[in-house]
Amino acid sequence: MKKTFVLEGLGCANCAAKMETAIKKLDGVRHASVSFLTTKLVIEADDDKMDRIVEASRAIVRKIEPYCVMK
Amino acid sequence: MHQKRQILCITLSFALLGTAVIWNPGNYLLRPAIYLAAFLPVGLNILMKAARNILHGQVFDENFLMSVATIGAFLIGEYPEAVAVMVFYRVGELFENYAVDKSRKSIAELMDIRPDYANVRRGDEILTVSPDEVQIGEHIVVKPGEKIPLDGMVTDGNSMVDTSALTGESVPREVSAGGEVLSGVINLSGVLTIKVTKGFEESTVSRILDLVENSLSKKSRSENFITRFARYYTPAVVCTAVLLAVIPPLVAGGRAFGEWIYRALVFLVISCPCALVISVPLGFFGGIGGASRQGILVKGSNYLEALAGTEIVVFDKTGTLTKGVFDVQEIVPSGVSEAELLETAAHAESFSNHPISASLKKAYGKDIDNSRIGYVEEIPGHGVKAEVDGKTILAGNAKLMDKFGVSGRTADTDVELDGTAVHVAADGHYNGYIRIADEPKKDAKAAIKALKDAGIRQTVMLTGDASRVGAAVADRLGIDKVYSELLPADKVNIVEELFLGKSPGRKLVYAGDGINDAPVLARADIGIAMGGLGSDAAIEAADVVIMTDEPSKIADAIKISKRTLRIVKENIIFSLGVKGIVLLLAATGFASMWAGVFADVGVSVIAIMNSMRALRTDKKSKSF
Repeated sequence: MKKTFVLEGLGCANCAAKMETAIKKLDGVRHASVSFLTTKLVIEADDDKMDRIVEASRAIVRKIEPYCVMK
Repeated sequence: MHQKRQILCITLSFALLGTAVIWNPGNYLLRPAIYLAAFLPVGLNILMKAARNILHGQVFDENFLMSVATIGAFLIGEYPEAVAVMVFYRVGELFENYAVDKSRKSIAELMDIRPDYANVRRGDEILTVSPDEVQIGEHIVVKPGEKIPLDGMVTDGNSMVDTSALTGESVPREVSAGGEVLSGVINLSGVLTIKVTKGFEESTVSRILDLVENSLSKKSRSENFITRFARYYTPAVVCTAVLLAVIPPLVAGGRAFGEWIYRALVFLVISCPCALVISVPLGFFGGIGGASRQGILVKGSNYLEALAGTEIVVFDKTGTLTKGVFDVQEIVPSGVSEAELLETAAHAESFSNHPISASLKKAYGKDIDNSRIGYVEEIPGHGVKAEVDGKTILAGNAKLMDKFGVSGRTADTDVELDGTAVHVAADGHYNGYIRIADEPKKDAKAAIKALKDAGIRQTVMLTGDASRVGAAVADRLGIDKVYSELLPADKVNIVEELFLGKSPGRKLVYAGDGINDAPVLARADIGIAMGGLGSDAAIEAADVVIMTDEPSKIADAIKISKRTLRIVKENIIFSLGVKGIVLLLAATGFASMWAGVFADVGVSVIAIMNSMRALRTDKKSKSF
C-alpha cells in the first residue's frame, strides 16, 4: 500500500532528509521518501502495519520539526 | 505576515546594532547589555527553537549550532560579531526561504495543467462540476479558452487545440467530430462537445501529474550521496570545532584561548549542509519539470541522471522510427482478381492487432463479415493461418509460405526492398501478394544524427521485417546496426547481447512504442515508451514516456539530462569548495564569522538560484 501526505510547514531541507531516513527505518516500510520541494511524504508499506507506521511517522515529523504538520 | 515580522525583527536588531557600534559605550555592564538588546529580536527565536529541539532529542540542528556560535562569541567578548552574525544569518534565511518559495511556485506553475472544472451536459442543463464527478459516457462542453478536463472523443464541433502543455508542440492541432482529445490541452477556437471516455483519475492529465510528482521518490545517486554526506558532515565539523577549541590552547599552555574558540565558532556557523541538501534535488526536479514541458516524462531522478551516460540506443522500428501506418501500395494477384485477393487477406488478418491488418482493412474499405471466418491462428513472426469461407487461408511473409510448403511465389525479395509483402495462399495454392509500405517518420533521420552529435556510440534498430527492408530503412536513416526478422521474444535476447558490448558504467536505452515491448523496456537500463500514454503496460514498464511520437525527443532528453547533471555538479563543487576553503581559512585564523555566514546561507542562495536554471529548457533545448 502506498500513501501520500503533505507536510505543511516543512521548512528545512536537512530536516526533510532526516525524516526520510528515520521513517525508512520503521518496521514494515518498503520505501519512503520526503520531497522538500513538493513537501510530500510518500510511504510504501505492508498493509497491516500501515496505521502504526503512519502514527510513528507523525511522531517523527513532530520531533524533527515541531511546526510541521503531516496531513 | 510571518515574513513581515521577521523583517521587522531584523531591522530592529540592525538599528540597535548600528547604535551600539557608533555609541560604543565603554561601561562593562552597559556594553554587553546594549548588544544583548540588539541580539534578542533576531536571536531569541533561534535560541528557543534550539532549546525545544534539544528537549525533543534533536541536537545537531542549525538552530542549536547558531545558538552555540553566537553565545560563544558573546562569552569571549566579541559582542558586535555575535549580533551581526545572527542578523546576517536571519537575512540569509529570509533569502533562502524566498528562493525556495519561488522554486516551489515555478514547480506548481509547471503542474498547472490540472483542470478545475468540467461543463457536463445532464438532461437539458449544462452543469459546472469538478472533473472527478463526471462519469464515463457523459458529454462535456468545452468553450474556447477552456482546458479540456477529461479524455474523450469529439462528438460535435470543430476547433484548434493547443497541446503545448502536454507535448511542448507549439503548433495548434485541429480536431473535429470523431477525433480523440486528451485532457490538459486548451481549446482555442470553437465550442466542442466531447463524449468522456476515461474517468478523471485515468485521464492523461492526472497520469502526467502523478508520474512527475512521484518521480521525486526515485532518487538519483547524487541525491543519495548528498544525503549520506550530510549525515556525516555536521557531526564531523562540530567535532573538529571542539578539538580546535581545546587542543591548540592546551598545547600552547593555555595561551590564546579566546582566539581558538573564535575559530571553532566559525566552524559551527558553516556546519549545516543545507545548500547541498536543497539544491541537488531542486536541480533534478527542475530538469524533470523542464523535460515534462517538452512532452518528455521522466519517472525518476535516477533515470534523468542515467540518461546522461547513454552509450547505445536501441530502437524498435515500427511505430518508433517509422510512422507505423502501413498503406497498401500494390496488389499483385495470381489466378484470382485483385478485389478477391484483398478481401481474403483482409478477412484472414482481421483479428490480428498488427498494423498490417489495419492497413488491409483500410484498403478493403468494407465491413469485415465475421461469420465468414472460422478459426484463426497467429504464427508469430510469420503471419496468420485462418479459415475464411471454408478455405484454409495463409497470409503472411515468405517464411510462412515456405513453412507450409506453398510454392509459386511471384515476388520475392525484390518487393520487400520497399515495404512488406503479404503473401496469400488458399488451401495450399498461391494467390498472390499485397505490398504494404511504412514510411520513416519525418524527424527520424535528424533524430539519429542528433544522437550521434550527443556522443552516442551506437544506434541499433530491431525489426520483425525481412532483412532487406530493415537494412534499407537503417541505411536511409544512418543507423549503425540492424537486427531483422525478429520474433517479439528475440528482442530481449538481442538487448542482452548488446549489453555485453557496452562499456562499464555506460547505459543502454531502448525506445519502443509499447506494443509487445514491455519486457525489453524493463530489461534496458532506460526504457523509453513513445507516442504518449497509449499502452498501459508500456507506461508501467518504461522509465521515460515521450508524449509525442517524435524520436528526436530522445536526444532532447539526453541533452536535458546532461545539462541537469552539469548544474548539479556545479552546485556540489561550488558548495563544498566554498565551505572547504572557509573551513581551512577559519582553522588558520584568516576567516571571520562573516565569511562563515556567507559559506552557509550565501552559498545556499546561490546554489538554489543556479538549480533553478535546470527548469528552463524551453528555448535552450532547441539550440543546445
